[in-house]
Amino acid sequence: MPVATFHIWRGGITEGKNETYSTEISEGMVVLDAVHQIQAVHANDLAVRWNCKAGKCGSCSAEINGLPKLMCMTRLSDLAIDKPILIQPMKAFPVIKDLVTDVSWNFAVKKKIKKFKPRPPDAIDGTWRMVQNDIDRVQEFRKCIECFLCQDVCHVLREHKLHDQFIGPRFLVYVAALEMHPLDIEDRLQDLKNEEGIGYCNITKCCTTVCPEDIIITDNAIIPLKERVADRYYDPIKKLLSIFRTGKVKTKG
Amino acid sequence: MSTSDSYDYDVLVIGAGGAGLRAAIEAAAMGVSVGLICKSLLGKAHTVMAEGGIAASLSNVDERDNWKVHFADTMRGGQYINNWRMAELHAKEAPDRVRELEAWGALFDRTKDGRILQRNFGGHKYPRLAHVGDRTGLEMIRTLQDHGIHQGISVHMECTIITLLKNGSQIAGAFGYEREKGQFKLYRAKSVIIATGGIGRAFKITSNSWEYTGDGHSLAYHAGAELIDMEFVQFHPTGMVWPPSVRGILVTEGVRGEGGILLNKENKRFMFDEIPELYRNQTADNIEEGWKYTQGERSARRPPELLTRDHVARCIVKEIKEGRGSPHNGVFLDISWIKDKLPNAAEHIKKKLPSMYHQFKKLADIDITRQPMEVGPTTHYMMGGIRVDADTQMSIIPGLFAAGEAAAGLHGANRLGGNSLSDLLVFGKRAGEFAAKYAKENSQALPVNEDDISTFSKWALNPFERTEGENPYQLQYDLQEMMQDLVGIVRTENELTKAIDEIKKIWARADKIKVVGNREYNNGWHTALDLKNLLTVSEAIAKAAVLRKESRGAHFREDYPQKDEKNGKFNFVIYKGDDGDMKVKSEPVPAIRPDLLQIIEEMK
Repeated sequence: MPVATFHIWRGGITEGKNETYSTEISEGMVVLDAVHQIQAVHANDLAVRWNCKAGKCGSCSAEINGLPKLMCMTRLSDLAIDKPILIQPMKAFPVIKDLVTDVSWNFAVKKKIKKFKPRPPDAIDGTWRMVQNDIDRVQEFRKCIECFLCQDVCHVLREHKLHDQFIGPRFLVYVAALEMHPLDIEDRLQDLKNEEGIGYCNITKCCTTVCPEDIIITDNAIIPLKERVADRYYDPIKKLLSIFRTGKVKTKG
Repeated sequence: MSTSDSYDYDVLVIGAGGAGLRAAIEAAAMGVSVGLICKSLLGKAHTVMAEGGIAASLSNVDERDNWKVHFADTMRGGQYINNWRMAELHAKEAPDRVRELEAWGALFDRTKDGRILQRNFGGHKYPRLAHVGDRTGLEMIRTLQDHGIHQGISVHMECTIITLLKNGSQIAGAFGYEREKGQFKLYRAKSVIIATGGIGRAFKITSNSWEYTGDGHSLAYHAGAELIDMEFVQFHPTGMVWPPSVRGILVTEGVRGEGGILLNKENKRFMFDEIPELYRNQTADNIEEGWKYTQGERSARRPPELLTRDHVARCIVKEIKEGRGSPHNGVFLDISWIKDKLPNAAEHIKKKLPSMYHQFKKLADIDITRQPMEVGPTTHYMMGGIRVDADTQMSIIPGLFAAGEAAAGLHGANRLGGNSLSDLLVFGKRAGEFAAKYAKENSQALPVNEDDISTFSKWALNPFERTEGENPYQLQYDLQEMMQDLVGIVRTENELTKAIDEIKKIWARADKIKVVGNREYNNGWHTALDLKNLLTVSEAIAKAAVLRKESRGAHFREDYPQKDEKNGKFNFVIYKGDDGDMKVKSEPVPAIRPDLLQIIEEMK
């Protein structure tokens, strides 16, 4: 069987280096299989996060030859195995050990976003009516497996480290799913503009490129949210009209 | 233990999949403090992998459906050794639990009139599964997660429990470690809920992730709880078989629900020749009727591919054994044939089965809208588990509760697809409710025994002390290989007896394993600690399987290939004897309430 060489990051946040391992590869293998083989034989204590191994849980995110990917969905046959394959942890988050990063920031961010708030039920039995067409877009956003690869590639987080001012593409998708949910009546536009920092996104679409679920993050989620924020806060005519109005500006729908 | 490493809760929930999250939400709603232990990160538990849907008789698609039909289907699927009271509660409460998810933000696929759409599934008489394409589990866990994080629950991610702690006969807490730094943690609690899921990693070919090492089964057993129905391991008929690295990954039953058919290498739909007597009246005997059923025609009967999982899995094994399998030792599952029936078949398949399309395209270079898939059985689900009271989900240990796959009773000898997600919701809620109630009634937390803590921390660290010893991964692999060969889909007395011997040998080897590196995020150490749980459940499965001298549901004995009426009146109960050895006793299946028996009779 052919043998492939891997350079895998071993170590913590400050100290560490890329270690070289070689392992036999067989038909259909993905990068995670190779990492597991190396772990089982050469490096029992190699730290790697994984669960489903089928692209559904979003645990095994890493950078393979510099590109953010799920290790379980990256086939070796799609990589040049005549050269060493470089596997490194995500760079937008602190390394805990080896390929495992501290992604707790993401969980803290989500908790701060205003939760789902449905309108009163449509029917007396406490249920709602929704048309499939109206939920297709939100279902696209709800495919998200929270692998955080979009957060990893986003330059606002990766290069500029603005974790305290910008929630990143994953949570803009999350807000979009809530804002476009046909039942939801909460208002999140002020938060988006202020503490969630939607203005930092300058639509480079890197997040869309790396999404393993093929969610069109920028076009379908972020841009419509930006438009809603702009309509509310930056539209001069609306601004003028709102002076004569009382109550909240209607933005839903 | 230092105060920074110990926590006090009214209710401690171990496991954060569907059952654990639902339990935690319910307990928190009752106003008690709740700690939630996740073996992985929050939202990554195996519930995320569930594809087909949540079974609940909402009767949105077929108004003939109601809880009684769902109850009868569940009992028939479980071959009548289920806990009838659990099956009753489950069928009655599942619709409310599904509607509740919608109120928390879940977006199920819709009917034309805007209600929750339901699909057909094996063993369910009417279209019953609320779903979101083929990613229902993701929708469910995300909904529970996103709702749960606002309920004041304290979440401990990447923590693993090593032992439960008791005070006398009562539960007092749990002791474990967090992965990042490898530090021990003590959780004192008035009540504890086990929601740790399954045991799939005891076998080589499985749809389960690394987490499913029978932790909860083992923790409860060693604490003195009873396990029942451990001989019943569900092998899902359709896992991927090729390429080798994806072997075992699940292919949803939804493929067959949407019209997918099973073919052998002679291109024959072999399931038409394999319809058992118990299901003959409900099963289509021709291609056209089967197709119509999958398209919602109400007078049609289900195609034989949608017979129960145990049966379909065995039929596939038979085809392969008799030389009619596909090139990589599976059979063909074809959904692409529906292009003869539907004008926009390719788009329809992608819409209904998006993650299957994606999975085969990416991992196997197969376009399921044009080519058949190759599939074979994969270890999928554990019917057996902790014996609990049907109403409260409490085990025989006061204060110790269990829900979901780790608990037993609802599914009997075989679980119907879709009944797992509804199980998690119905009994997760009940466990949370009654554990909170128990905590309130017992307002004093019981002190834990410090000696237990030092014993178990020493035990956990022993593998680091050894300079010589086996590799934990190798040991796990050897156990999986042995279980697959000797305790798999087709079982015999000789092989099961041999397996019990082999397990004894692996237990001895497990006492001498060596772990390299330090305590920080050490997957090797974790694998070493999991071995005790894997060995405990493996032993329980083999010991119960050798005693059930009949074939029933998921348990198939080549030496006793028929169902046996006498055996069908018993459940096998596993418990730890006073000498520390694992014991098995048989107990009569609880007598069913007459009104429920009548429902079963009417729907036969």
